[in-house]
Amino acid sequence: MQKFDKLTGIAAPLPLVNIDTDMIIPKQFLKTIKRSGLGVNLFDEMRYDRQGNEIPDFVLNKPAYRDAQILVAGENFGCGSSREHAPWALLDFGIRCVISTSFADIFYNNCFKNGILPIVLPQEDVDKLMDDAERGSNAVITVDLESQTITGPDGGEITFEVDPWRKHCLLNGLDDIGLTLEKAPSIDAFEAKMSAERPWV
Amino acid sequence: MSGKTLYDKIWDAHLAHEAEDGTCLLYIDRHLVHEVTSPQAFEGLRMAGRTVRSPDKTIAVPDHNVPTTQGRENPDQMPEDSRIQVAALDSNAKEFGIHYYPVSDVRQGIVHIVGPEQGWTLPGMTVVCGDSHTATHGAFGALAHGIGTSEVEHVLATQTLIQQKSKNMKVEITGKLAPGVTAKDITLSVIGATGTAGGTGYVIEYCGEAIRDLSMEGRMTVCNMAIEGGARAGLIAPDEKTFEYVKGRPHAPKGAQWEAAMTWWKTLKSDDDAHWDKVVTIKGEDIAPVVTWGTSPEDVLPIDAVVPAPDSFEGGKAGAAQRALDYMGLTPGQKLSDIEIDTVFIGSCTNGRIEDLRAAAEILKGKKVKDGMRAMVVPGSGLVRAQAEEEGLADIFKEAGFEWRMAGCSMCLAMNPDQLSEGERCASTSNRNFEGRQGYKGRTHLVSPAMAAAAAVTGRLTDVREMN
Ligand code: SF4
Repeated sequence: MQKFDKLTGIAAPLPLVNIDTDMIIPKQFLKTIKRSGLGVNLFDEMRYDRQGNEIPDFVLNKPAYRDAQILVAGENFGCGSSREHAPWALLDFGIRCVISTSFADIFYNNCFKNGILPIVLPQEDVDKLMDDAERGSNAVITVDLESQTITGPDGGEITFEVDPWRKHCLLNGLDDIGLTLEKAPSIDAFEAKMSAERPWV
Repeated sequence: MSGKTLYDKIWDAHLAHEAEDGTCLLYIDRHLVHEVTSPQAFEGLRMAGRTVRSPDKTIAVPDHNVPTTQGRENPDQMPEDSRIQVAALDSNAKEFGIHYYPVSDVRQGIVHIVGPEQGWTLPGMTVVCGDSHTATHGAFGALAHGIGTSEVEHVLATQTLIQQKSKNMKVEITGKLAPGVTAKDITLSVIGATGTAGGTGYVIEYCGEAIRDLSMEGRMTVCNMAIEGGARAGLIAPDEKTFEYVKGRPHAPKGAQWEAAMTWWKTLKSDDDAHWDKVVTIKGEDIAPVVTWGTSPEDVLPIDAVVPAPDSFEGGKAGAAQRALDYMGLTPGQKLSDIEIDTVFIGSCTNGRIEDLRAAAEILKGKKVKDGMRAMVVPGSGLVRAQAEEEGLADIFKEAGFEWRMAGCSMCLAMNPDQLSEGERCASTSNRNFEGRQGYKGRTHLVSPAMAAAAAVTGRLTDVREMN
C-alpha cells in the first residue's frame, strides 16, 4: 500500500449529500478482475454524456480541477454498495484524501486499505474548505497526517481526528494481512478453544 | 456493571485478539464470496503466496453478474467480461478448495439467500461477505456485515477481521402491523425515520412485538436493509422460529451437536439491563405501506401521501431533494398513487424468497399485468424457484404476464442485461433507488412484493389495501 504522510494539492468541491458508490463507480465497470484502470470512469455518469463526451460543467472536467488530489464532499459520502472499486477509482484518478462531515462505514474502511485518507470534520470546517475548493487551482490545501492538520490557502489551520492504529498503518504503508499473520498463534489458540466450545461451527 | 446486548455477546465470543491500543481481531465463522468483489482478493493471495486459512468456512456462489435466462449454463450467453469474472470464481473455488455452487447447480442463487437456505448461517455466528447486504444474515441472531475486497483477502488469509467495536442501537417496533403492511414497509419506514446515516457507527438490534411476529423471511428483509440506514449490521435475537427454520438444513448441526448448539443459542439475547447508545421506537400500527419517491432509500412516504416540495427539507437536503425530483421526473404535490410505471421487478436478496413470491402471487391471482408493461420475477435461488413452481406460484405469475426467470441479482443492480432503459420507471422490490442503479437514468420506486404486484396490475404505484 502507498504511504500517506503529507499531501499538498488542489481540492475539488462536490457539495452533494449521499454520494453513493454507484455514483463514484457505476456497476458496468465492476466486471474487471483488476484493481487498476478505473480512474477514467470515476463518477462516470456525472462526468460523461451517453456518447462518452465530457460534460464541461462537472467539476473534475473543469481545467482547474483535472489534477485534483483532494475531494471536499457533502455528508454521508460513499454510502451504498461495499465495492472497493470506489476507492480504487478515486486513487487511480489521483484523489488521495476525501473530506466530509460523515462517511459510510464500509467506504471509510476501504479508503484506509488503499492509502486514501478520509477526514471527518464539523460542518463549519467543511463549509470553509468547500469555499476554498471553489477557488480552484488558486487554492492549494495541505493535509498533514502526522500532525493531523489541514492548512488552507490562507494559512488557516484545522485539526482532525484519526484512529491511531489506522494513522500508523497509513503513515508507514503497512499491509494489514502481514501484520495479522504475525498474530497467528493467537488465532490458532482461539480456534482450538472454539472448536471445543462450539464444535458445530 | 450493566448487562450485555446480543451484539456484545457475539462480539465477546469471537474476539481472537485484542492489542494494547484496542485494535481487535474478530474471528469469522462464515465467509461468503461472490464473483464481483473477490477476483482481486484471490489474486492478492496468489501474489503473496498465501492460502485460504479455512476453506471449509468459505462458500462461493456467482450471482451478481449471471444471466437469468434459460440455457445460461452455456458461457456464450454471457458477455466477455462477465464470463471472465464468473470463470475466475469457478477456478478460484477449485484452486483454493472452497464450497461452491456454480450456475448449473439448482442451489445457486443470491449469496444472502443461499447461505441461510443451506444452513451455513446459524445463530451467534460472525458472517461476512464482500457485499453490503450481508446484514441479511442478522435475522438469525448472527453478526453479519459487508466488507471490501481488501478485507475479503484478509479474511481468506487469516479467518479474522480487524475491527473496532460499534455502538449499540435498539430499534423497537411495538404492537401489531396493520393489514397490508409488511417487513419491507417496516425496514423502509425505519430508514425514513432515522435517515441513511442514522445508523452510522452502530449495530442495530431490531426487537418488539411486530418483529417477533415476522417470519424468518420477513426478518431477513428487515435486517437486509440495515445497511441502507447506515448501520454496520442489523440483527434480531433468535427464537423458536429461528431454530425451526434452521433445523434440518444441510449444514445445520445434527444430533448431540444440535443440542449443544441450542443450549448456547438460547442464551443469545440482550440482557434486560443492557446499555443502549441509541433507541428508536416506532409503533407498528403507525406504519403504512410505503414507497420511495426519490433517489435515496430515506426518501420514503406512505403510498397515500404526495410528492414532497424540496423547500420542506432543511440544509443540504433541499438541494438533494430537488436533484432527486428532477432525476425522477416528479412534481411536488403529485399524488404518489398517480405515478405511472413501466416495469415491475420482483426479486433481490431483500424480497426474493418464497414468502415474497407468495405475497405477490396472492395479489396477482386471476389478474393480468397491465398492457404494455414489462414485469419480471427473479427468484432468489434455484430452490426458491423450484418451490414456487411446485406451489403453483410460477403459473400465477406466468398467466398474469410476468417473465419467470432463473435465480440471480438481476435488475437489483443491473450488471447483467436485466436493466431499465433511460427514463423507464420501475416499481421494484430491491433495496436501492440510487441514480442509475437499475440502468442508466432508470427511475426506481422501492416497494414490497405485494405493492409491486399491485402496481403491475394497475400500471401505477398502488395502495395494496385497495386491491381485492
Ligand atoms: S440482490 Fe442486489 S443487493 Fe442483494 S446481493 Fe444481489 S446486487 Fe446486492
